[in-house]
Amino acid sequence: IPGGCLTEDLGKVFPAYNPATGEQICEVQEADKADVDKAVQSARVAFSLGSVWRRMDASERGRLLSKLADLVERDSVYLATIESLNSGKPFLPTLFLDLQGTIKTLRYFAGYADKIHGTSIPMDGDYLTFTRYEPIGVCGQIIPWNFPLMMTAWKLGPAIACGNTVVLKPAEETPLTCLYMAALVKEAGFPPGVINILPGFGPTAGAAIASHMGIDKVAFTGSTEVGKLIQEAAGKSNLKRVTLELGGKSPNIIFADADLDLAVEQAHQGVFFNAGQCCTAGSRIFVEEPIYDEFVRRSVERAKRRIVGNPFDPTTEQGPQISREQQNRVLGFIQSGISEGAKMECGGKALGLKGFFIEPTVFSNVKDDMRIAREEIFGPVQLIMTFKTIEEVIERANNTDYGLVAAVFTNNINKAMTITTAMQAGTVWINCFNALSTQCPFGGYKMSGNGRELGESGLKEYSEVKTITMKMVTKNS
Amino acid sequence: KSTMIRTVFSRSLPRLCRPPACHYSAGAIPEPCSQPEVHYDKLFINNQWEDAASGKTFPTINPATGEVICQVAEADVADVDKAVKAARDAFRWGSPWRRMDASHRGLLINRLADAIERDSAYLAELETLDNGKPYAMSYTMDLPTVVKCFRYHAGWADKWEGKTIPIDGDYFCYTRHEPIGVCGQIIPWNFPLLMQAWKLAPALATGNTVVMKVAEQTPLTALYVASLIKEVGFPEGVVNILPGMGPSAGAALARHMDVDKLAFTGSTEVGHLIQQASGSSNLKKVTLELGGKSPNIILSDANMEDAVEQAHFGLFFSQGQCCCAGSRIFVQADIYDEFVERSVERARRRVVGNPFDLKTEQGPQVDQEQFNKILGYISSGKREGAKLMCGGGVAADRGYFIQPTVFGDVQDNMTIAREEIFGPVMQIMKFKTLEEVVTRANDTKYGLAAGVFTKDIDKASYVSNGLRAGTVWVNCYDVFASQAPFGGYKSSGNGREMGEYGLDNYTEVKTVITKVPQKNS
Repeated sequence: IPGGCLTEDLGKVFPAYNPATGEQICEVQEADKADVDKAVQSARVAFSLGSVWRRMDASERGRLLSKLADLVERDSVYLATIESLNSGKPFLPTLFLDLQGTIKTLRYFAGYADKIHGTSIPMDGDYLTFTRYEPIGVCGQIIPWNFPLMMTAWKLGPAIACGNTVVLKPAEETPLTCLYMAALVKEAGFPPGVINILPGFGPTAGAAIASHMGIDKVAFTGSTEVGKLIQEAAGKSNLKRVTLELGGKSPNIIFADADLDLAVEQAHQGVFFNAGQCCTAGSRIFVEEPIYDEFVRRSVERAKRRIVGNPFDPTTEQGPQISREQQNRVLGFIQSGISEGAKMECGGKALGLKGFFIEPTVFSNVKDDMRIAREEIFGPVQLIMTFKTIEEVIERANNTDYGLVAAVFTNNINKAMTITTAMQAGTVWINCFNALSTQCPFGGYKMSGNGRELGESGLKEYSEVKTITMKMVTKNS
Repeated sequence: KSTMIRTVFSRSLPRLCRPPACHYSAGAIPEPCSQPEVHYDKLFINNQWEDAASGKTFPTINPATGEVICQVAEADVADVDKAVKAARDAFRWGSPWRRMDASHRGLLINRLADAIERDSAYLAELETLDNGKPYAMSYTMDLPTVVKCFRYHAGWADKWEGKTIPIDGDYFCYTRHEPIGVCGQIIPWNFPLLMQAWKLAPALATGNTVVMKVAEQTPLTALYVASLIKEVGFPEGVVNILPGMGPSAGAALARHMDVDKLAFTGSTEVGHLIQQASGSSNLKKVTLELGGKSPNIILSDANMEDAVEQAHFGLFFSQGQCCCAGSRIFVQADIYDEFVERSVERARRRVVGNPFDLKTEQGPQVDQEQFNKILGYISSGKREGAKLMCGGGVAADRGYFIQPTVFGDVQDNMTIAREEIFGPVMQIMKFKTLEEVVTRANDTKYGLAAGVFTKDIDKASYVSNGLRAGTVWVNCYDVFASQAPFGGYKSSGNGREMGEYGLDNYTEVKTVITKVPQKNS
């Protein structure tokens, strides 16, 4: 918040943990409703007509985002270290994927700032009319713990490019890298009040943002359960615009003609990446009958080879779950899988005494109505089912309230085209998984969310369209 | 040791390009070195420096003194062939440039912008030495605008999207925005660095490779930028730069059978030749930014002081060497006398002198040929009965300096009212009604730009909608931005540069239609 990073009364604090050891890293100031009010006030002032931010050239907004990207790049080793320490994500992938993704996202939106076009319109009558794409205003942004830095960039990038001001609450599990970003925001030269960052908890600070009468839009990434609360809060308060990126139970469909090695590896990474803590996890793998047994065999062998350990060990593929709570939740799902009659091929237990590790776990013979097949697990648990026909798998894949992503592995162009059209999912991958890039819109059908992030589509959610119509003496074409 | 000197440009700068606040708060234009060293004087092909195949060189002149700065390699047909081959190879299927992520192209263009920004004091000195424009302008206007142009287009590289299209039938249809291929680019001498940026930035953002022929009057800054292109890591062959003459190297490029597109900025006369060359060779796509005789219309309710200053700037900027110069100033009858009087007084105050002196507003014309041509037009104005109000002669003993000149009582059929002078010669005409002035303003083969000064909302929209010109300025003049398209109606050219529109000229659209078993909406 302008004036410093500390709240006025050095009140409550909360601990930030290292999930690889369970130990506390440090204490962090805890924002509550009063702090949200203060942040919203500063964001509102920064947004007032005639302010430095409102008067700034759009290209200069882009320059600031570009500078922020350069600073993140400068400090990327440090940021990757803190990210790894606080979230348990393996260090090397964090440095190469998360940091690069963060930098590229900021740079992408930096490039868009002065390319947000309205139109001039040939309307009926003697009028000159055009549209302006204006910023919405003060945007509340609530982000999760699974990709703290990337989620910060995904939220800040489009909001700032479009000229909004922001009050952002990072997840209580992972506040540290976001707070460091705040220091870089200041160093980059953003005017005070444009970006405000409040570490705190969902039910207090998050809820205060969602129901605030002075916030024009809220963007939330997290569980579907909380997404529903956000939407309700918006409806009850000031009808603020809402975009949601929520959970998924995404189908990964493997046809018999697929490149089997490729499919096995992609399906493995697709569900185990980030210790299974991805909204996009390909958590229902449908394998065509003729190759089912072989696929299961290879997947189990691959899962057994997955290296779980200290995130700072360069050979580690999988770190801990984010918290004891998440770890218990995942173990609970594993138990339900066993008790509902799925076949546990490997894994299934917590790993080690310290931290929140879980063995890579594979279930076969999964039935569509089992809990593990219907609910989002968010852990390293792979489910493999079998199917006979394309019509059947389409129906089963779509039979869920979620709709975030889907994938299909096949060499056959017709099967690929059919599946991509039929899937009720915001992103469909062909012969790949988790192929995300800042240029591509991303978001959910159905209860996986509403609205899109990234790409040009991401900008629309952060603009308010104003139509201006002026009487003319005589119109000519 | 350099000392910082405050500039006296506060009146004109805000209308130019609104340089960022740091240019004011730092205050400062660094004291320039008037004899910057020339590092690069050869052809730039495949990221290498080469002599011309023939060994020929030509001199480039300092127009403030008439003296030779240095010899520069002179490209001819053989060198053009070599450069086109390099560009073609850099564009081959599977090449590093073709395989590169679009976002990475953008990153390289951004790095080029950073390198130019780093060396902007030097580049401004070199630009002033070779072109004659005041250093204060080179440093505060040309260089920052160049940097912004590259940065703007860097941002477009990965955002230039095709579409998917719901066609009839069981098909999946999408378009790809592909680069055209090898692009020939021929640029003029009035804004050497800026014209280079206007051409390179969109071509590179969209993935093309380039063979650029720079003006023989002003090759030096473009060649230095070539060294930066290599420094920041563009693959070899992507950009090739050839100093040389129009009738030899330029024509070779225009008629080359392996150049896919030609972009030319220069005179309408040569524009005709370029278009014909395309037709008689391989029908390469052609875009042209040509001359103008732009009307600047001052209505009686305009803010007089503002209109006088803007009209002055709109004509005299860059020694009058602007394609969009407001060279026909139509003033409404009841304010005509006062407007002329004030314009003459302002022209008399215009500081003509050594371009490296920070107080100078107007430097020399670019060469002997232009100098002679302009003096010829001034004679015709006197001969044909226009009223010479001030200036009209040579302003110094050496170099190509011309006095700021104002003609009043100009009639529409006079030579100075119909032909592009490209010098510091202002024409002021009188008009009565709005309908009359729009008709007279449109009565020209040109259509590049126009200005209108008025406070009245209806008059502003009437005039701006009625003028057949690619850019219309209302209560301002010569406002450029990388984001806004610029180009001509009629014989002022075809196609637009800058903005999203500018990318079209460097794109081939490919439609891909795939049969699908069953289409669903």
